Amino acid sequence: MKLIKRYQFFLITVIIMLVLLTINRQTGIKAIRITGYSFKEMALVIPPVFVLLGLLDVWVPREVMIRYMGESSGLLGIFLAVLLGSAAAGPLYGAFPVAAVFMKKGVKFTNVLIFIGAWSTTKIPMFLFEMSALGARFAITRLLVDIPGIIIIAYILTSFVTKDEINEIYKKAEML
Amino acid sequence: MNNFLLYTITIVLLLVSYFKDKKKTFQALKKAWRSFENILPEFLGVIMLVGILLSVLNPPVISKIIGKESGWFGVILAGIVGAITLIPGFVAFPTAAMLLQNGAGYMQIGAFVSALMMVGVVTMPVETRYFGKKLTLLRNILAFLFSFIVAYIIGKVVGGL
Repeated sequence: MKLIKRYQFFLITVIIMLVLLTINRQTGIKAIRITGYSFKEMALVIPPVFVLLGLLDVWVPREVMIRYMGESSGLLGIFLAVLLGSAAAGPLYGAFPVAAVFMKKGVKFTNVLIFIGAWSTTKIPMFLFEMSALGARFAITRLLVDIPGIIIIAYILTSFVTKDEINEIYKKAEML
Repeated sequence: MNNFLLYTITIVLLLVSYFKDKKKTFQALKKAWRSFENILPEFLGVIMLVGILLSVLNPPVISKIIGKESGWFGVILAGIVGAITLIPGFVAFPTAAMLLQNGAGYMQIGAFVSALMMVGVVTMPVETRYFGKKLTLLRNILAFLFSFIVAYIIGKVVGGL
């Protein structure tokens, strides 16, 4: 029963897929093909990301993370958050487990959010790809707007939540 | 190339860890597996949802939605399409280039690319697990609004010339 509840969302998507397949066979087959493709992407990128997370969790002491990215890390913390997020590989949903370990290690909340923002939009490999597809002017303009953007968004978001809510999120990360 | 680097780094670090401390290494692997297993249901659901959405919202449909319209209406539509789809970058950028060739404006493409990367409607179930409903919703709304600022500036800088 617990298993069904955990996989409830997945089961719903399976049902939608089956319905789509009966209504429109061609679109349904295409959906399965795209799912297979995304699954391959996940199977390729996610295992090393989680192994790195495990290693980070075990080897890097909390004090070190606090010193470099914690409450009083200042500009260095922001810089590291942007850098780590930009160097990442993989789709956005891979960023959240990393963020959870960061919180466990005492990384400041705004830096966690900056990291997520950077992962979502300023990834270096993607930037090179964007340049070749849409031109240097497009890619560089976007990057220059995005970097201050994600930092500002992180601070606005933090101002919207109370200290208690942040503590709650940190406590949840501890258990994940 | 990118994946190769990721795997190389992971394997090297894993080996270093193993030689330094076997017990700690197994502990790390156990932790890796536990956090993966924890989020797996959401991952699977999101991947299915992406497949379903992309089969319906393919590039021809998208280009029909934002290709012809100009101005802010097209920009907003482009932003919405970008927000609900989740296309890997190496598919998204050539698609965006193709849309540009088909007559979409730089502003629309700026909104599309920006929302595509920063807003994740389909990945919200995963995000909620870690950050809760309120923050997830707020982050996505702010990122969505920010996409229009990006679009405006790109429209001015790139399209204005």
